[in-house]
Amino acid sequence: MLMVSLPADCDEEGFRAAARQCLARNLPPEQIAFTDEQTGSLFDTLETNVPESGVQVHVPRRFLTLLSKVLCHRAPDRFSLLYRLLWRIRKGEHNVLNRIADADVQQAERYAKAVDKDVYRMHAYVRFSEREIDGARVFVAWHEPQHFILNRAASFFVDRFSNMDWLICTPIGTIAWRDQKLDFGPAEARPASAGDAVLDELWTAYYRTTFNPARLRVNAMTAQMPKRHWPTMPETAFIPEMVHQAQNRIKAMEERAPDARPRFADVLAERMRRAEPVVSHPDSFEAMRNEIHSCRECPLHGPATQAVSGEGPLDASVMFVGEQPGDQEDLSGRPFVGPAGQLFDRALAEIGIERKKTYVTNAVKHFKFEPRGKRRVHSKPSAGEVSACRFWLDREIRTVSPKLIVALGATAILGLTGRSMAVTKERGRILDLNGCSLLVTVHPSYLLRLPNPDAAEAEYQRFLQDLSLAKRWYEAA
Amino acid sequence: MPLNLLQKLEILAEAAKYDASCVSSGGDKRKAGKGLGSVTGQSICHAFTPDGRCVSLLKILLTNFCKYDCIYCVSRRSSNVRRARFKVDEVVQLTLDLYRRNCIEGLFLSSGIARSADETMADLVRVARTLRQEHAFRGYIHLKTIPGASSELLDEAGLYADRLSMNVEMPAEAALEELAPEKSATEIKQGLARTRVKIEASSERTRAGRARPPRFAPAGQSTQMVVGADSSSDRDILRASAGLYASYALERVYYSAFSPTGHASASLPARPTPLMREHRLYQADWLLRFYGFTLPEIEEALPGGMLDLSIDPKLAWALTHRDLFPVDINRASREMLLRVPGLGTRAVDGIIAARKHASLRLAELKRLTNSVARVRPFITTPDWRPRALLDDAHLKDRLAPKPQQLSLALS
Repeated sequence: MLMVSLPADCDEEGFRAAARQCLARNLPPEQIAFTDEQTGSLFDTLETNVPESGVQVHVPRRFLTLLSKVLCHRAPDRFSLLYRLLWRIRKGEHNVLNRIADADVQQAERYAKAVDKDVYRMHAYVRFSEREIDGARVFVAWHEPQHFILNRAASFFVDRFSNMDWLICTPIGTIAWRDQKLDFGPAEARPASAGDAVLDELWTAYYRTTFNPARLRVNAMTAQMPKRHWPTMPETAFIPEMVHQAQNRIKAMEERAPDARPRFADVLAERMRRAEPVVSHPDSFEAMRNEIHSCRECPLHGPATQAVSGEGPLDASVMFVGEQPGDQEDLSGRPFVGPAGQLFDRALAEIGIERKKTYVTNAVKHFKFEPRGKRRVHSKPSAGEVSACRFWLDREIRTVSPKLIVALGATAILGLTGRSMAVTKERGRILDLNGCSLLVTVHPSYLLRLPNPDAAEAEYQRFLQDLSLAKRWYEAA
Repeated sequence: MPLNLLQKLEILAEAAKYDASCVSSGGDKRKAGKGLGSVTGQSICHAFTPDGRCVSLLKILLTNFCKYDCIYCVSRRSSNVRRARFKVDEVVQLTLDLYRRNCIEGLFLSSGIARSADETMADLVRVARTLRQEHAFRGYIHLKTIPGASSELLDEAGLYADRLSMNVEMPAEAALEELAPEKSATEIKQGLARTRVKIEASSERTRAGRARPPRFAPAGQSTQMVVGADSSSDRDILRASAGLYASYALERVYYSAFSPTGHASASLPARPTPLMREHRLYQADWLLRFYGFTLPEIEEALPGGMLDLSIDPKLAWALTHRDLFPVDINRASREMLLRVPGLGTRAVDGIIAARKHASLRLAELKRLTNSVARVRPFITTPDWRPRALLDDAHLKDRLAPKPQQLSLALS
């Protein structure tokens, strides 16, 4: 049995040097006793160096990460655990770390996790108080970590507080940041506490106030914030009192009579009533838009963002009617701005129709969709929903009274005529709709859905022909 | 006598504490550089209060003067609560002072609406702008946006804030109209929509030669619903959530169990919502987002539209689908493993990684999960079969957590 003595806060270099020596002697783990106690040697001590030729051990990168964490752990068996894993890797178990259920791997992962947690708690629970030291403003803290983590924890404070001088004292050493330089020093005694008004008054007041006594769950708190950290956190001094009073506070709240209205409540209410927006002329287009926005005739308004009413000049010669707003239209509140809208714009431009001289709207004013995780999938409006929305479409037609209405797709036809018609049968000729001319064609989103590019191009050309017919008709009319 | 800073803090932290969110996760990682503060991407809880909640941000209102009368809210105009108003510089100084002492990750600022939505939003933006521009503050900022505020102000808020949020408050429009008559559901949804569009535009890949769009709320947006103030069922709430997640690229929907404030309205008695209801809603929300469950599947396990308070929703679903179990731990797909009651995403990933190297027996499984007793009736391993256990009519009782004496003591 060989005794190997390493310093308690042994770093990676130190451990790796010792491990290389052991491997050079081909010592199996069970013949070595690692210790971090500087006691006299019980067994042989590893003193003389032997040549290390041929002891290059190739370890996975993950092992190095694990090693650097486990070394910080306080457990006395951390060195032998790491050596055992190293030995196994050397003996051919290169993938030993993938054996998550292996006892050694589990233990090492547990230690690494404990070290991570300790680092996290240092980041979270250090409390600086402001001092004056040698004429300089320094933020000083006392913290008691469980493991040897000062090296691992320091960079967080440097990254965050690089423009102030600070000093963190712990029972295992100090970290100081002064004049943009980081220094690790030996342990010092706990600095005598000096008052810090921000920490002692404002912070503790905030801590006490933000607590909701109706939700008392003491175990949930102590699980996350173990009591061993409390002595270095000033706010925790109030915990016993907060816990003790919680039930009485809740009882008092429940028994308290409802509030009498303060006087200014009525003043405010009156002021708000007077500030109600003036309704524009009841027959105006603006008034209609507002009414569409507050329409509750079918359930579609619930999940949708907003109603999307038509857009365009009220004396437009041509009105395009689509199906319903899509995702983008629902977000922006404007019709035909999504992918289908962009294709529509492109087609209009090719034919030479200026979109801003046309009136563009939809048969249904709210977006109907199915939620799918982070996306919304379009669903077809029912006949009932289309019918509920005809009221608004009729009003738009009466307001604009276009020479020609172009129905884009089956839902538009249903909304305009109240009947189902096959687009393929009716397209390509001018129909009559209560004295107004009607042209039927496909919805641009249909063109986007065609999987075959040749078919899509052919259909796009037919769409252009329909638009071109529309242009000739309303320009001649 | 004018209020001092400490008194204002007490009033305005009290008013803000009913907002459930206090996280500082996500977003751009950054360091102090010549300024103050950093964002690590990890939400650090600097303390926990005896309600078990994390204190990560300084969560305050700018003012609790409010012209609205939302009856579930402690700051409604008809409440007799003490009122206060911070000056912009007071909030800025308080944030910096607490930040330097390592008490917080940053600021979570909200406000009552004293005058108009725009004036309130402008004040919130001014605080954030002062912190960022005059003090080079690089810590976390979460701003509440005000429904109905102009889009210019919303756009500016996103330049300074890591996260934006706007609360939908109620799962249904009708409930909002009843309990918060002056709020507009449409305005709230329009605000969420605007923020989604801006967030997506700023994270789009830049094309060569184009200037990179300015960062906009890099930690995304969230929203909150008050649970139990209205009569909405859990089904209504989960449906509303699913719609919100699909529509507005939300990082989180928070559920806040209605809790007495000490200033109850006559029309809404101080009757607290059980915290377990909130907890079950979060569990169902997680099943929808991370466990591959669909809304109709969750709804199957909602007798009467409510989640079972005595068992978690995954167990409730599994008990009504016993024919799909037991599953073979060594062969089942990831999707199926995620449906085993008691296995979380981490345990499932561990199982999948470990079983590549060796067949897993009960002993190994014990190391990968902390609740093998709960898992056992639903799985098989080479050394374990549940046999009759799965058909046991009392399985629910066996697996439901034993009612515990609520721990109040600080033992």
